[in-house]
Amino acid sequence: MNEKSKKNRENKLVTWIRNYSYSIIAMIVVIVLWELAVKVFDVKEYILPAPSQVLRKLTGNLSLLFRYSLVTGWEILLGYLLSIIVGIPMGLMIFYSRFLERVIYPFLVASQTIPKIAIAPLLIIWFGWGIWPKIIVSFLIAFFPIVVDTVVGLKNTEPEMIYLVRSMGADRSQIFFKISLPNALPNIFGALKVASTLAVVGAVVGEFVASDEGLGYLLVVSHGYMDTTLMFAGILFLSLLGIIFFFIIEIIERLALPWKTEKESVLHSATM
Amino acid sequence: MPAQTLIKIENVSKTYTTSKEDIVALQTVNLEIKEAEFVSLVGPSGCGKSTLLMLISGLYPATTGVITIKGEPVTKPYTNLGIVFQRDMLLDWRNVLDNVLLQIEIRRLNRADYEPHARELLERVGLGNFTDRYPRELSGGMRQRVSICRALLHEPPLLLMDEPFGALDAITRDQMNLDLERIWEQSRKTVIFVTHSVPEAIFLSDRILVMSPRPGRIVANIEINLPRPRTLDIRDLPEFSDYNRQIRKIFREQGILIDELGKDKEGLGQSPSSEVDY
Ligand SMILES: Nc1ncnc2c1ncn2[C@@H]1O[C@H](COP(=O)(O)OP(=O)(O)OP(=O)(O)O)[C@@H](O)[C@H]1O
Ligand SMILES: [Mg+2]
Repeated sequence: MNEKSKKNRENKLVTWIRNYSYSIIAMIVVIVLWELAVKVFDVKEYILPAPSQVLRKLTGNLSLLFRYSLVTGWEILLGYLLSIIVGIPMGLMIFYSRFLERVIYPFLVASQTIPKIAIAPLLIIWFGWGIWPKIIVSFLIAFFPIVVDTVVGLKNTEPEMIYLVRSMGADRSQIFFKISLPNALPNIFGALKVASTLAVVGAVVGEFVASDEGLGYLLVVSHGYMDTTLMFAGILFLSLLGIIFFFIIEIIERLALPWKTEKESVLHSATM
Repeated sequence: MPAQTLIKIENVSKTYTTSKEDIVALQTVNLEIKEAEFVSLVGPSGCGKSTLLMLISGLYPATTGVITIKGEPVTKPYTNLGIVFQRDMLLDWRNVLDNVLLQIEIRRLNRADYEPHARELLERVGLGNFTDRYPRELSGGMRQRVSICRALLHEPPLLLMDEPFGALDAITRDQMNLDLERIWEQSRKTVIFVTHSVPEAIFLSDRILVMSPRPGRIVANIEINLPRPRTLDIRDLPEFSDYNRQIRKIFREQGILIDELGKDKEGLGQSPSSEVDY
């Protein structure tokens, strides 16, 4: 059995390399073409820097980039956590009470239709220049899919399943914890992944409006100096931040929903 | 052997009130079901078979009339039973054993006390090696076996089955009929079994209740006197064909089957296992 699981893990590794090697090769090809195109057509650096120039800029400003990444990463994390802490309970309230649904609904719609960039200055009047406006913008963008998917996930429990457990004498809390909630988890995790990328957008928007540090601030400043190369370095770090958040959620999802991973590994071995 | 009445249904009707209209699903049903009796309900689609099961289990309230189980009126979900639906209703996130043990968890009984029995039940239906698999790794027939094990785990005296084999292919269905027959021989539970297949009903039952199109009433009550334990060969007995003919005749009288069109209405008699034999 140990042998088998070891072999399984090796198989997974081989699969992983196979799947991702194509993506990695594709990226390398694009970067090389980009480099060549910039050189061949002699593109000005302030219009489109070559990857090698970006790399040089990046290593030259590494400590600054890391420090700003930490600032923005912190804003993203807090905005994201807030959107989870508010989003999931709000989804539960909407699911369990028609009254609360009617109360919450207009605010929910308003929170999505009002452009976040338009209220960011207002948030700065209210909360100052500190971290709060960024957290709130990030939260406002990210929490909506969490609310919606929590409700959708809870609603798609089969009525027959509920009848079945009621005939076993289930009470409300058992129905929630043993049936409805686990049933909603795939939806909720799907939303958490979408929200993780939205939280990044929110934090950057917040920094655009008013800030004195962070990757969004770096973009604004480097734009002011027409330092396109530094902008590219900033954008690269921002997307790295987004990818890190995304994969952390994906790992948690795999741990929380092992039966889904099972399905995936079946799929993978089928395609091999 | 004095057979005691387990379930008594008196003047029961059920009307669903929807925003558009009131639907009379059942109209004055009167019925008694004895202990250890295997009773099948057959009738056209929409005649109220599932509704009747839901009323007996106390999951839906009756509009009029009284249902008693062991003399007690059913007013809330009755828990001393096992239910099997057409769809297996297994939980994706639990493996086979844990799906069966859901029955015990919800009832807040001790899992360790029932685990050996759960394994034994799974063993009996040929799933002994699949206890740690997830439902999505099983075939339809295997999944339905798991859901039957779940319904039997706490050894309820009453089993309600709503077209449990309706989604299975002919061969699997025959096998499931045999399995169920064997289980019933061993435990002699009261079973109320809804099916669209008349041969399946004859094969399994002590008694068949035929229902009319909506609003559903019970229009015939047919005792099946075939020897037990039953094997698939009893389908070749002349009595078996007689019962089949008798029920077909009732369907025709009820306007459920229309011969002139050369086909049946409402999907009756579509049991794949029956088409070949009769
Ligand atoms: N929850 C409900 N609300 C409103 N109408 C319902 C409800 N459940 C069933 N009905 C209606 O009651 C009638 C009987 O339904 P029921 O499900 O009991 O039929 P059935 O005999 O089990 O049919 P089938 O063989 O297709 O399963 C149908 O006309 C159906 O549309
Ligand atoms: Mg039905």
